[in-house]
Amino acid sequence: MKNIIILVFLNFIFFTKSHSLIEVDITRGNLDPLPIAVSPLHVDIKSENFEDVKVKELGENISKIIENNFKSTGLFNPLKKDAFVQKPDIAHLKPRFEDWRLIKAQALVTGKLLIKDEKLKVEFRLWDLTAAKEMTALAFTTTPSNWRRVAHIISDKIYERLTGEEGYFDTRIIYVAESGPKNQRIKKLAIMDQDGANTKYLTLGNELVLTPRFNPTNQMVTYMSYFRNMPRVYLLDIETGTQEVVGNFPGMTFAPRFSPDGKKIIMSFAKDGNSDIYTMDLETRLVERITEHSSIDTSPSFSPDGKFIAFNSDRSGLQQLYVMRSDGSNVKRITFGKGIYGTPVWSPRGDLIAFTKMHKGRFYIGVMRTDGTGERLLTENYYQEAPSWSPNGRVLVFYRETKAGEKGEGFTAKLWSIDITGYNERKLSTKTDASDPSWSSLLSK
Amino acid sequence: MTLNKNLKNVLLVIFTTLILSACSTAKKSGDIEGDVYTGKETVEYLAAGVPDRVFFATNKSSLTTASRATLRKQATFLRKNKNLTVTIEGHADERGTREYNLALGERRANAARDYLMTYGISGKRISVISYGKEKPVNPKSSPLAWSQNRRSVTVKVN
Repeated sequence: MKNIIILVFLNFIFFTKSHSLIEVDITRGNLDPLPIAVSPLHVDIKSENFEDVKVKELGENISKIIENNFKSTGLFNPLKKDAFVQKPDIAHLKPRFEDWRLIKAQALVTGKLLIKDEKLKVEFRLWDLTAAKEMTALAFTTTPSNWRRVAHIISDKIYERLTGEEGYFDTRIIYVAESGPKNQRIKKLAIMDQDGANTKYLTLGNELVLTPRFNPTNQMVTYMSYFRNMPRVYLLDIETGTQEVVGNFPGMTFAPRFSPDGKKIIMSFAKDGNSDIYTMDLETRLVERITEHSSIDTSPSFSPDGKFIAFNSDRSGLQQLYVMRSDGSNVKRITFGKGIYGTPVWSPRGDLIAFTKMHKGRFYIGVMRTDGTGERLLTENYYQEAPSWSPNGRVLVFYRETKAGEKGEGFTAKLWSIDITGYNERKLSTKTDASDPSWSSLLSK
Repeated sequence: MTLNKNLKNVLLVIFTTLILSACSTAKKSGDIEGDVYTGKETVEYLAAGVPDRVFFATNKSSLTTASRATLRKQATFLRKNKNLTVTIEGHADERGTREYNLALGERRANAARDYLMTYGISGKRISVISYGKEKPVNPKSSPLAWSQNRRSVTVKVN
């Protein structure tokens, strides 16, 4: 009874204090990452065992995932736990703000969890230490085997509260896992959590597979496969494992992506040396030809409202970027800079197009406005391409290859990410070499 | 006049040395002419004197004089072996985006196919497949390796 009264009282104080003092500006580089303390979540002693979940360490492990997520943004500086001054359960009830400020923390995350009747109950709070108040609090229940996702959802909620932008931690990345020598590469479709955990292989490596991409609900993947030595676009249901060829084209289909409503696949079809862009409606199976030009038209990508398509074409002589209406009309070239351009991908916010640029033997990942103005090159390297957007449009993932020696030695392919500010370039953790990444949307939406 | 003649001789000597040194470096690094591989390394043969592949310049699918000569030999070979069908594999080097390279490989394979057809080989006997940059013959990252990888290869099917 006393406890309840105290809680009500505290809440009253918190709500009456109006504005929070801390916020993270993500439009600039990470000049001053926010010092944040993530307390281990308190594990209720009444918690029961569940399968192979390590209950005792669960609170600690969830906090580690949150810290790792924050660190990867470059916007936060998670503080070392050995300096923490309060027990998790007490801090969660009400932190001694002055003690946490002493270790230079500006924000604090606390929480507790209970596993009972095969359910995991978690609650967490985010505290503004400068203003000495609670910023956000949330509780939810799920199956205990989902504990990593719980950590990602908490990370998303805190990121949202502190930056004002949607998070991107409860997401997955599908990519091509690579192994073997460079001239006999084995490639498999692989899927993992955004932080590199839970890697699963979706194909066995018997045939060459390339360029997997999620549909908007993340249940389907479209990709290209050389199954039976016939290079075609395929559709894969991740849950059931069912695969089918997309359309009945008498030749190579490639470079597939979903339309933003998930109803169509847009791709290139190559015939007699000429590649044009087509769509196929997945329900009616109706095929529409979108471009008709004697040049190579490929790497199509819809705008998020579905009204426009960005693609690359060599109709001017070399690869450049173009934008057209989704029916193929009103084609406009948007790149005129030095070098050649490929792989345009429309931002989920609709304001930018990410691309690969090649100039004087170097490769760049960049962004520009959708009319081609405001080009910003974010990263330069020996070889890199194929950017894919985080669902909030703040981060790009792409792949980078290194130079190979005489026998192909020294060659690696890895996934990297970079902020659209051009800061915070990071190598992603993958079990094998990796290429062709595609970022899912938020799973919990 | 004598001065002129002497000068001519000197120039000739210089010129010859230049040519010789150019030859020796070209041989060392393999032979590339204007970005197109002209050497014999990596080349296999459909029959004696009938090379299986032709090479391309960066981002190009046009056939060089040497490539056309090779393809004419392939056409002669195919005319002699009427029951033979072939697949032409088109390839690109690693210095381009994956999707564009798939299209480029297809265009290169078709350039070879079209040329064989103008020499009387039925299109029904020639299928094409593009591997883009997925199957390099030389895994090294060097201009020579890339020139060897920009190729179309005629492969016997039966």
